[in-house]
Amino acid sequence: MAFCSRNSRNIINNLKSKVGLSRLMKPSSDCCYTSCLNNTNRCRFLAPQLRNPDSHSQNKGHFFCFQRFQSTTTEQHFASLPNGEHNQVLDFPGGNVVFSPEMQFLSESPGVYNPCYRVLDDNGQLISNSIFVQVSEEIAVKMYSNMATLQILDTIFYEAQRQGRISFYATTIGEEAINIASAAALTADDIVVPQYREPGVLLWRGFTLQEFANQCFGNKDDYGKGRQMPIHYGSNKHNYFTVSSTIATQIPHAVGAAYSLKMDKRDACAVTYFGDGGTSEGDFHAALNFAAVTESPVIFICRNNGWAISTPTSDQFRSDGIAVRGQAYGVRSIRVDGNDALAMYSAVHTAREMAVHEHRPILIEAVTYRVGHHSTSDDSTKYRPANEIEWWRMERDPVTRFRKWIETNGWWSGEAESQLRSSIQNQLLQAIQIAERAEKPPVKDLFTDVYDNIPWHLREQEKMVRETINRHPKDYPADVPF
Amino acid sequence: MALRNILGKRFGVGLAGRRPLSTATCDVESGNAKAINLYSAINQALLIALETDPRAFVFGEDVSFGGVFRCTTGLADRFGKARVFNTPLCEQGIVGFGIGLAAMGNRAIAEIQFADYIYPAFDQIVNEASKFRYRSGNQFNCGGLTIRAPYGAVGHGGHYHSQSPEAFFCHVPGIKVVIPRSPRQAKGLLLSCIRDPNPVVFFEPKWLYRLAVEEVPEHDYMLPLSEAEVIRQGSDITLVGWGAQLSIMEQACIEAERDGIFCELIDLKTLIPWDKETVEASVRKTGRVLISHEAPVTGGFGAEISASIVERCFLRLEAPVARVCGLDTPFPLVFEPFYMPTKNKILDAIKATVNY
Repeated sequence: MAFCSRNSRNIINNLKSKVGLSRLMKPSSDCCYTSCLNNTNRCRFLAPQLRNPDSHSQNKGHFFCFQRFQSTTTEQHFASLPNGEHNQVLDFPGGNVVFSPEMQFLSESPGVYNPCYRVLDDNGQLISNSIFVQVSEEIAVKMYSNMATLQILDTIFYEAQRQGRISFYATTIGEEAINIASAAALTADDIVVPQYREPGVLLWRGFTLQEFANQCFGNKDDYGKGRQMPIHYGSNKHNYFTVSSTIATQIPHAVGAAYSLKMDKRDACAVTYFGDGGTSEGDFHAALNFAAVTESPVIFICRNNGWAISTPTSDQFRSDGIAVRGQAYGVRSIRVDGNDALAMYSAVHTAREMAVHEHRPILIEAVTYRVGHHSTSDDSTKYRPANEIEWWRMERDPVTRFRKWIETNGWWSGEAESQLRSSIQNQLLQAIQIAERAEKPPVKDLFTDVYDNIPWHLREQEKMVRETINRHPKDYPADVPF
Repeated sequence: MALRNILGKRFGVGLAGRRPLSTATCDVESGNAKAINLYSAINQALLIALETDPRAFVFGEDVSFGGVFRCTTGLADRFGKARVFNTPLCEQGIVGFGIGLAAMGNRAIAEIQFADYIYPAFDQIVNEASKFRYRSGNQFNCGGLTIRAPYGAVGHGGHYHSQSPEAFFCHVPGIKVVIPRSPRQAKGLLLSCIRDPNPVVFFEPKWLYRLAVEEVPEHDYMLPLSEAEVIRQGSDITLVGWGAQLSIMEQACIEAERDGIFCELIDLKTLIPWDKETVEASVRKTGRVLISHEAPVTGGFGAEISASIVERCFLRLEAPVARVCGLDTPFPLVFEPFYMPTKNKILDAIKATVNY
């Protein structure tokens, strides 16, 4: 039995005007849960043994059922007791709990996999009776262009690292829909607190190819002043916190940022991203708990791509993925097909409404696959079959899938495709050339920004370093001016 | 509105440019000063911080009812639960949340219940807070973050209610570490820490929460960071310390004087970035230095001071640098009196150094 708060009912009504179909979720028993039960054990996103493409079954349209909203206010999480039950109740500090003479352990598993929200089938065709948030042609084309741009960016930068032109790179291949569709569903005022596999969000917001290249080359135009490895982007004008390599440390930051937005009564939320591996860190647990208790408008987006470097999810956790954990913290959650750009867009859009208007956190588990290696320091064929990688790259490419949808709508063509790809390719190659030739930041930037002002002991150290440079110039790279 | 605009407004030069008051030189317009203890002084500082900045927040375990040391008494009632609130029992969450809050331009005043429990937050402090500005190229900062924690011996605290972990944090570029010695110092220093545009760890000597009583001005005042204070003049030996240990050192100074040894006592106040100039100037005068802290001697912050002084004042030194510190053991219960750097241990070391 679902409870629907007034706020969530409004959200559903607003959604009504945007949905592709008129059928609406009802808090009733006519959900296609039964058919989901029969088919969820074939969900290929969940168990590593099922990731082998040879073992998957035909995808059936009715397999992915829509997700009901479990709408409650914080005080009404739990059903109130029927009258006359009070002599069977213990009023412990958390609430009234009914006694039971049966010794029933809560199962470690709900028994069925948490269903996965999806709107487009594997061929990019709309699933009948699906609920989604309508996307205009302009937005859809922009989404697709960004996804394609991200693909090309990844290919070219990866190559640049292989050629020794940048020291490191990590691709987002396979996760383009998560990146772009989630970004498209947010506003520019929403604060993004990334892990490191979300450059697409920054791309959507207007970070230029040149700006990406500058950071990867660590030149004087890098906003980070050459201090961090490539892909550690950050941009305050795009409300995108600077990436740090540490896993999951960013998640509680998003909660604090969201709390600030709530206190300032802003029409904005915080959004943070992390992988399946990140959910094992204490910071994930800390953040979800804090978000629930502080009632902060934060969206947690987990890119469950099946791998944390070489560690498959079966070595990472024994829960059914991540969304099921939300309830344990009192956080509303949903599992979404991360390779379905339309479903991602819809889920994030709706999550944002709930977060901002109801001051609540939302957990989104975007199920996907990490097609690329973990980074240029990794060769993933060492721990997973090459044909598995190829299958996901070719058969489950989120970019192609979305392209088919926009082509079906008459919004895209082969000509537009080749125009886009060659244009982006040229722009990127040029950006790289420019970035490569640019000077590095000066040595003085080694000492600035440790504190707001340079303290005396750092001035001293800078002096010493300069003396050493003068004495032994050959010890130092020629492209860093001093 | 881009973050840059918010941050620009939050950290204008105005506050940094305020001329702070020094307790050594003036009686702080003692028109309105009352004798209060350390936790009350902290309470006043927090109240003023909340009052003067609507974007200041105080949070941590049990702060709502007043805190286990009563430092936050009355604040939730006065400023509301949205600004003064309990957090779940999770130090990494407290600091991580605080970093996010500070990154948005707020003054996030986090309490860690005992310094002994700060370690789960160590990753957030070292890898995140201290590098937040640097790694972003100064696009972002969490300078509004202040982490307060009671530290030090209390007579019966044992392993987990007595620790002095300052040395771990002194090794982290990008944060400041500040330790007050008394109520009047605490109020002024804490306000400076809260308003300083860098993340600060502020250790409060819990032993002095009730024990130390001092005239503390009731108004809003700040004491400068990274400025050590000579609290007792002398010519024979320089003593350097911080926090509760200073009162022990002062007793040793008084007794040493009866033997004709005149000690100069310096309160470092800020451990990083520390005021080398003041300490050096004193050592050049006396030629001898002794450092004392409760934390274990090996790798303690005294080692940094010693190495630095030897580097800079080697030829002036008449004797090796002395350190009178805690032992290299976990902080014991029954054996606390043996562990501690007592007045007599310090006195013996003063004499040994002077007679070297």
